[in-house]
Amino acid sequence: MKQVTRYLPLLLLAVAWELVARLELVSTTALPPLSDVIRAWIELLKDGDLVSNGASSLYRAFAGLALAILVGATLGIVMAWWKPANVLLAPLVEMFYPLPKSALIPVTVIWLGYGDGSKILLIFLGCMLPVTLGAFNGARSSEQALVWSARSMGANRLRMLWDVVVPSAMPEMLNGVRTALALSFILLVASELIVAQKGFGYLIGSLGANGSYDAMYAVVLTVAFLGFAADRVYLVITKRTLAWRE
Amino acid sequence: MTAQAQIVIDGVSHLYRPPRGRAVLALDQVSLAVQNREFVALLGPSGCGKSTLLYLIGGFLPVETGTIAVDGNTVTGPGPDRGIVFQHFALFPWKTVRGNILYGLERQGMPKAEREQRALDFIHLVGLSGFEDSYPSQLSGGMRQRCAIARTLAFDPKILLMDEPFGALDAQTRGLMQAELLRIWQRTPKTVIFVTHDVQEAVYLADRVAVMSARPGRIKTIVDTKFDKTDPHVHKAKAFVEKVDEIWDLVKDEALKAQGVRAP
Repeated sequence: MKQVTRYLPLLLLAVAWELVARLELVSTTALPPLSDVIRAWIELLKDGDLVSNGASSLYRAFAGLALAILVGATLGIVMAWWKPANVLLAPLVEMFYPLPKSALIPVTVIWLGYGDGSKILLIFLGCMLPVTLGAFNGARSSEQALVWSARSMGANRLRMLWDVVVPSAMPEMLNGVRTALALSFILLVASELIVAQKGFGYLIGSLGANGSYDAMYAVVLTVAFLGFAADRVYLVITKRTLAWRE
Repeated sequence: MTAQAQIVIDGVSHLYRPPRGRAVLALDQVSLAVQNREFVALLGPSGCGKSTLLYLIGGFLPVETGTIAVDGNTVTGPGPDRGIVFQHFALFPWKTVRGNILYGLERQGMPKAEREQRALDFIHLVGLSGFEDSYPSQLSGGMRQRCAIARTLAFDPKILLMDEPFGALDAQTRGLMQAELLRIWQRTPKTVIFVTHDVQEAVYLADRVAVMSARPGRIKTIVDTKFDKTDPHVHKAKAFVEKVDEIWDLVKDEALKAQGVRAP
C-alpha cells in the first residue's frame, strides 16, 4: 500500500495536466489533454504501430545492452587483473568515457546503415564503459585474503578469478549496469529520432511532424513508462542477486 | 638427526616493498623446523613479520632468500596441503556456511554425495548445525571463525596456518574458541602454525612458542610450552603462570622496541 501511495503525486500531475489543457490555460497543440493522449494511445495499440515499433526498439536496446554488459564486464575484470591490458586500455577508456555518445549517431549510420545494426552498435558503445568501470573498480577491491583462501583450497588462477574476483566485482558492476540501462534508452530514442524507419524514436518524430501531438505524447509516455519499469525490475533483480550482503 | 621435520624453514629473509616509500627488511635469516602434528606459535609484537612468515609458508608470497620446504618439497605457491585461517575470517560473503565449506571439497574433486556429508560433519564439529544456510553477514564473529576453521579443516590439509585467528573476537569468545580449537585439534591432529601476539594464548595452545624480535623479524628464542591441555584449570597452574611470565619478559623488550621505546 505504501508503495502505491508513494506515487500519488503522479496522479496529481495527471489531474493537473488534464485541467490545464481542458481549461485551455495552455495551447492544446503544445499540451493536448491527457484523456486525448490516452485515446490516441489506444488507437496506436489497436492499429499495431506501437507494438511493431516498440518490438524493434526493445530488440535494439536489449541486443546493445547485452553486448555492452558481456564485453564491458570482461574488459573491466581483465584490466583489473592483467596489467598489460590495463596499460593498453586505460588511456582509451579515459578518453572515450566523457565523449557524448550521441555524437556517434551519424558515425554508426555511416558504418552500418539505417537499420538495427547502427542502433545496436551505438547502444553497445555508449553502455559498455559504465559497466567496464564498475567491473574494474569492483574487481580491484577484491580482498586479498579471499583470493588467497581460494588459491589454498586448490583453485587455479582462472578458477579463482571466476570464483572470487567476479563475485567481488558484482555489486559495483551491477551499479554500472544500472547506469547503462538508463543510457540505453536515451541513446535508443535519440538515434531513432535522427535516422530510422522504425522504433519509438521514429514514431515520436513522424507523429510530431504530422501534427498528431496527442499520439506523439502517447509514445513519449510509453517510453517513459518502459524506462521506469525496466529500472524497477532491474532493482529487484539486483536485490536478489546481492541478498548475501544483508 | 632424527626424522626430517615436516616444515623446514632455512635462512629465510623477506624484503617488504610498500607501493610507496623505502623497502623494509621484514624477516631476517629466519630458520625453524616444525615436526609433524606439532603445534607451534609464532609470537611477537605487531610488525615483527610473523604473519609474513606464515604467508611465505602458505606460498602466498614468493620466497626470495632462503628456502621453505614442506615434506621435502620446496614451497613455490599455495596448495591444499596447507590450509589457512585468517584473522578476519575471509569467508566468501556470497556463499552460505555450507557453500563456504563445500568450496574446498569441490576444488578437490570430491564426489557430490560425499562432500555434502563431509560438509555437514564439519558444520556439526564446529557447532554450527542449524546455520548451514546462513550467510556470513548473518553470523557473529565467533560463528564466522568457526565456519572458517571448518572450511579449512574439511579439505583436510596436513598443515593448518592460523593468522591471529581469534584476534578480532571479544575476550570471552576468544577463550571459548581457544578451548574449542584444542578440542578439534585433538580429534583431527594436524601440524599447526599459529600466529599471535597474545602470550597466554600462545602458551595455552602451543607445544612450542617461537618468540620473534621486532623489525627486522628474527626468531629470538624457542620455548617449550607443553602442558596438559585437557586440564580445564591449566591457566591457574603455577608452572603455566611462570611460563607465561618468562615469555612475557622476552616479548616485552621487543614490544617496547617496536614502539620505539628503549628498554629500561
